[in-house]
Amino acid sequence: MLRLFLSPDFLIAILRSTTPILFATLAAGVAAKAGICNMALEGIMLFSALFGVIFSNLTGSWLAALLLTCVCGGIIGLVLAFFVLNLKTDEILAAIAINLTATGGTVLLLLAFSGDRGSSTFPTVSAPAFGGVNIMTVLSLIMVAVMHLFLYKTPLGLQIRSVGENKNAAESVGIKSIRIQYIALILSGVLCACGGYFLSGGYMNSFTKNMQSGRGFIALAASEMGANTPVGGFLVAMLFGVAQAVGNQLQLTSIPVELIQMIPYATTLIGLAVFSYIVRKRKEKLANG
Amino acid sequence: MSAEKKFEVFRLFFSIVIALLVSFALIFMVSKQPIAAIVALITGPFKSGRNLANVVEAMIPLIFTGTGVCIMFSANQINLASEGAFHLGGLVAATLAIKLALPAGISPAVCLIFAAAAGGLFTALPAILKIKTGASEMVASLMINYISLWLCTFVLMHVILDPAAGAASFPLPKTSKLVTLFRGTRIHFGLIIALAVAVLGYVFLYKSKIGYELRIAGSNKQFAEYSGIDIVKVILLSQLVGGAVAGLGGGVEILSPIYSRFTWTSLLGYGWDAIVICTLAKQNPLKTPLAALFLAYLRTGASIMARTTDVTLEVVQITQGVIILLAVAEQFLSKTKHRIIAREAKAALRKEEVA
Amino acid sequence: MSEQYVLQMQHIMKIYGNGVVANEDVSLNLKKGEIHSLLGENGAGKSTLMKVLFGIEAPDSGKIILNGEETTIKSPMDAISKGIGMVHQHFMLVPSLTVAENIILGTEPTNGLFIDMKKAVEEARRIAEQYNFDIDVTAKVEEIPVGVKQKVEILKALYRGADILILDEPTAVLTPQETDELFVQLEKLRADGHTMIFISHKLDEIKRICNSATIMRNGRSMGTYDVSEISTDDMSKLMVGREVVLTFDKKPPVLKDVMMRVKNLTVHNSQGVLKVDNLSFELRGGEILGIAGVEGNGQSELINTITALNKSYGGEVFIKDADIRKDNVKAVRELKMGHIPEDRMTSGCAGNLSIRENMFTNQYDAPEYSGKFLLKTKALAQRAAELVKEYLVKCKNPEQNVGMLSGGNIQKVIVAREFSTNPDIIIANQPTRGIDVGAAEFIRRRLLEYRDAGCAVILVSADLNEIFSLSDRLAVMYKGKFAGLFTDVASVTEEQLGQYMLGLRHDEEVAV
Repeated sequence: MLRLFLSPDFLIAILRSTTPILFATLAAGVAAKAGICNMALEGIMLFSALFGVIFSNLTGSWLAALLLTCVCGGIIGLVLAFFVLNLKTDEILAAIAINLTATGGTVLLLLAFSGDRGSSTFPTVSAPAFGGVNIMTVLSLIMVAVMHLFLYKTPLGLQIRSVGENKNAAESVGIKSIRIQYIALILSGVLCACGGYFLSGGYMNSFTKNMQSGRGFIALAASEMGANTPVGGFLVAMLFGVAQAVGNQLQLTSIPVELIQMIPYATTLIGLAVFSYIVRKRKEKLANG
Repeated sequence: MSAEKKFEVFRLFFSIVIALLVSFALIFMVSKQPIAAIVALITGPFKSGRNLANVVEAMIPLIFTGTGVCIMFSANQINLASEGAFHLGGLVAATLAIKLALPAGISPAVCLIFAAAAGGLFTALPAILKIKTGASEMVASLMINYISLWLCTFVLMHVILDPAAGAASFPLPKTSKLVTLFRGTRIHFGLIIALAVAVLGYVFLYKSKIGYELRIAGSNKQFAEYSGIDIVKVILLSQLVGGAVAGLGGGVEILSPIYSRFTWTSLLGYGWDAIVICTLAKQNPLKTPLAALFLAYLRTGASIMARTTDVTLEVVQITQGVIILLAVAEQFLSKTKHRIIAREAKAALRKEEVA
Repeated sequence: MSEQYVLQMQHIMKIYGNGVVANEDVSLNLKKGEIHSLLGENGAGKSTLMKVLFGIEAPDSGKIILNGEETTIKSPMDAISKGIGMVHQHFMLVPSLTVAENIILGTEPTNGLFIDMKKAVEEARRIAEQYNFDIDVTAKVEEIPVGVKQKVEILKALYRGADILILDEPTAVLTPQETDELFVQLEKLRADGHTMIFISHKLDEIKRICNSATIMRNGRSMGTYDVSEISTDDMSKLMVGREVVLTFDKKPPVLKDVMMRVKNLTVHNSQGVLKVDNLSFELRGGEILGIAGVEGNGQSELINTITALNKSYGGEVFIKDADIRKDNVKAVRELKMGHIPEDRMTSGCAGNLSIRENMFTNQYDAPEYSGKFLLKTKALAQRAAELVKEYLVKCKNPEQNVGMLSGGNIQKVIVAREFSTNPDIIIANQPTRGIDVGAAEFIRRRLLEYRDAGCAVILVSADLNEIFSLSDRLAVMYKGKFAGLFTDVASVTEEQLGQYMLGLRHDEEVAV
């Protein structure tokens, strides 16, 4: 058994399960850094999973499908931004609305596109894998580094972080906070779209309704627990990957699979509580000089 | 009615109209028989007594979770755990029904009391975490929903599973089931409980001392502090009560004639629907039956449409999504709002001049 | 003549949307290389004038002449590009970023895609060294002390090429040592040719560091003076004063029992700064004790402590012989205390609830309004309607949201709530701030009525008119102590009051 867990196959399995959550975690992180809680990740991911198969079927190219899906993800991010920033809709309610729309919209769109009900049956081209490692997995790992560099080394990243932390300070030096938040939400949509694309074009090879199954929410928690940093988010997202991969392996054993499925959520909940407590204590300490 | 309130009603109505138009447009896009589909969606529920009964059946769980969310949100806590509380309530009721096998009359009462208690304790968890550690109750509630799901699935698979029936529990004993109110339908006693809950929820929130305290704390925390209101107490209590109502709803649903066994292995989405209801009802439990009726009507219409035409049920979720987006967008129709309010102000001025 | 001035603001007039005239023909002339004090009480119009200069508010009339050329300043960015920098009282810094990042924010040096951090740090260091600021530019802002944060704010402005620096009460948050350090820096900047506007109430600081001073009162300029040629007494005389003398036909007070005793009260704020310093006083029924003073001298902390909102204090507070150390807000309110809070919107009401719902937060427990569990809605509605009538609250009906009312009417709702319990003690903190004359007059008369009925009143107000006309005894708070206490309020001159408020005079042992 131990040998199984140490095998490279198992590591690959972990990365595979981590990939969609990781993309969404990065997406949650960049929105949170700009001061917005993007709970619509769940819906964006689902939409993207569908767009992925449709575009792949239409273009016959996984890359073109990925790019087009990213564009669509960005557009949903833009819509969310429009409602939250311009129409002043509560960000949580706007996200719930997008998620509901995604649940229904994907089924309807699939029906309109191919007449399929609930699961796609048409041929698609999935993202290629090399030695069992999907290219999207590689991309997700690269994106951790890219997002880290983006947020911490580029002018735009610095501006996103300052808008999220102290809008007045950012605006006092001429940064247009709404513009920055628009950019962050669009980027968040694009990143999340990569995760959604992978769900139906790599992790699986077809679309099934509700296939995101809570990954967007998990990402939200993972990101928060990772202090909304790309690297921190990556580590927490890995935890889910491990739990899921272990779960898949343990399904062959006598340990109840439901309890294993629960582990990542329970761990996150406890981790979140501990993390928040530390942050609160630290803030209190800073406030008291 | 003040101009402000008039405008709110107008905006809500307008949002619903737009949402319906969007759905119609989608139906035209996907369907080969769009007119038939739209007719089925709108008039289907009226076509037969059975269909109308279906509307009422579908309304019942929505009233519970809707009322629960009204109470939880009134304390300004974005607690989304009503989803998990509903699920847990259903499991607790089903498990007790099967394991205790109490006599008729007593059994549903006991099952429902424990379902409510479980739901209440469950939704209090994110609030406790928030108070003790500062963790976001929103994120915590999303996580515990899944914990609830897997916990319930675990109990289903290992405690009450009927090996002869696949992923389903032993049959729920007849003695535990809620009675049917009208012969030939599945409208059950749960409807009476639901309406009572809506009324009691209203009384709790708007007519009781504790409800007053919690709405003050929910609308301005500092004001509540200055007024000497114990904020921690009212927040905890609101989450307990709200979750208990959702848990009760889960229990009622599983003990209704619709189910003969516990079969829930994924989250059902009533918690999300509840947020739509709460938005439509403007956090007033008394209005939740009306909001629930509207959603249930749409649902039933949609399922008739799905049965009789080539359009799927899910069109309803889009309608719901668009309604929320527009109904809570503060700036949506803001120009109209100014016009309405300005007109009223001018009218008041004229009246004053005359006087 | 005008060439010697680097900046002239001429005949600035600013009227806000609600009709408040914040600046009425104000002029300000800055000579190059001077520290120019802008002096005035809270609400005298200093901030408005600075907002006009920094492009946050547009003036209704008047001219701004910068370096001899007439100009308009459209936005803060515009102001910055014209060489005007502002150091806000509430720091405009991003806590988790480093000092260098805060300084370069918005104008980041890059090499290709990335921020050139090395260059950023170098530039921040260069600017810090150029002006002799001893700062570790790689430290995170959240980890540095307040005094250093302020230096970062100044550097931020200098980095953006500010020739004219506006410093908004820069010493308000500093310790004496930090203040000394700041002054050394400011003197260096002056030697370097920078011009500074120094907003303050602290006359000794102005004497120490400023060249000239423009004094404002009630939205008007009282003139510009050479600091070396004007005495602090004269400054305070120009600064403190009232325009119209309100008179109430006030009966002499009939003193009753002691309602409140404060003994050796000491309060520190959350940053550990001493705000109330060993304060003792007694308050009797039938009198109004007015507390005057420049804001931030411990008034808020004193009020929060005697109303049980703050529970960490040294010394003792007795209300009607009961020590309130263990009592919470509710228990203290049950001793029949009414409290009009300083800021009506943040702690005085819930804007999205109705007038009725806002009227009973202090008495819904009473048997006439509620049973064990339920509220008596009829009784509440009836009483709300009565109170709306009695307190002349202008509204359509008591079901209207409080947030929709005007400031004066919101305040009336609060006053109605706090007075309707027939309190024995009333704590009125800025009861008429920012409301219309009619409502203010109404509230003042009510206070007098309650005092005549034997109620003990503490009145904290920045409105000297109000303080003078209502108080039976008048205390001036300065640095957490009563610097002076007057029992014969009519004999106190504004001049004297100003001297006590600004710390020029204080009586040794104030027996209260």
